[in-house]
Amino acid sequence: MSAIAAGAHEAHEHTHYTTTGLDSRKIAIWAFIGSECMLFGSLISTYLVYKGRSVVGPFPHEAWTSPTGEIFKPILNIPVTSMSTGVLLFSSLAMVLALAAVENRGKPGYEGILGSSKFWLLATALMGATFLGFQAYEFTSFVHEGLTIRTNLFGTSFFTLTGFHGGHVAVGVLWLMTLLFIDMKRGLGPKDTILVDICALYWHFVDVVWIVIFALVYLIK
Amino acid sequence: MSADRAHADHVHEHPTWKQYRWVALWLFVITIAEVWAYYIPALVASKAFVPAILIMMVVKFTIVVMFYMHLKYDHSIFRRLFTGPLIIAGITLVAFLFLFSKVRIG
Repeated sequence: MSAIAAGAHEAHEHTHYTTTGLDSRKIAIWAFIGSECMLFGSLISTYLVYKGRSVVGPFPHEAWTSPTGEIFKPILNIPVTSMSTGVLLFSSLAMVLALAAVENRGKPGYEGILGSSKFWLLATALMGATFLGFQAYEFTSFVHEGLTIRTNLFGTSFFTLTGFHGGHVAVGVLWLMTLLFIDMKRGLGPKDTILVDICALYWHFVDVVWIVIFALVYLIK
Repeated sequence: MSADRAHADHVHEHPTWKQYRWVALWLFVITIAEVWAYYIPALVASKAFVPAILIMMVVKFTIVVMFYMHLKYDHSIFRRLFTGPLIIAGITLVAFLFLFSKVRIG
């Protein structure tokens, strides 16, 4: 075994490689993401099965007049949700740049802001928090307009699906803030790549789930 | 195969900053196209609307998974861990839609 390979082997002794040679934490996060696919698959299925079956309004895309003569306009606010979607998409860019900054710390081309993992981690967390702010605004306005989780089938399936997603975003923001705290305390370098990598995978998964929700729930009438 | 060898086998180059920037731009453009399509009544009323939105959704999903989640570059075991449950979820979704008469054949 060459000196380099021996050194690499020594470095790996303290990590979590499986017999496949892959880090067990990375395999675990992919297995977790796989199970999350099925969770969100079932939630999205439920939403689609109940879509259009609400007996009373408010409805997502159609206006509705209640028996008492109260008029409800279509409840989904596409411009606001489009903005929050854009924010979440750009948070994924900030996340990959945080990972690249940690992975390539000290290498040429990663000086200044491009190599600042603190900046990109903070930017990702802030954009995640902004997305949550948009969701809180949306939920609050829906409740003010008469749609709660108990109003009709749309309300139940909508709040359950988007609420679960929002919960995942909140966990992601906490995870990012933890990484930022570690980065500020002792600094994150190439040896910590896996820590940021598994967080990034989780964050991008939350992003792809939203891509599906945005199309199926908000855009398709 | 030793652990070192296997690990060396999955060493890969992630996309560069410029590639990430292009990916972000494409995602942004496709999202704009989705929202733009939503505001064209003639398009929304046509049969092409739902397939168009679904295709754009799948393209965005694939771009994020392949480039941001590095599935294009990483070990194939990760691809299998992700696509297996994703296929199960997809089949479940389609089965439910048939079961509850949301989709009909013919």
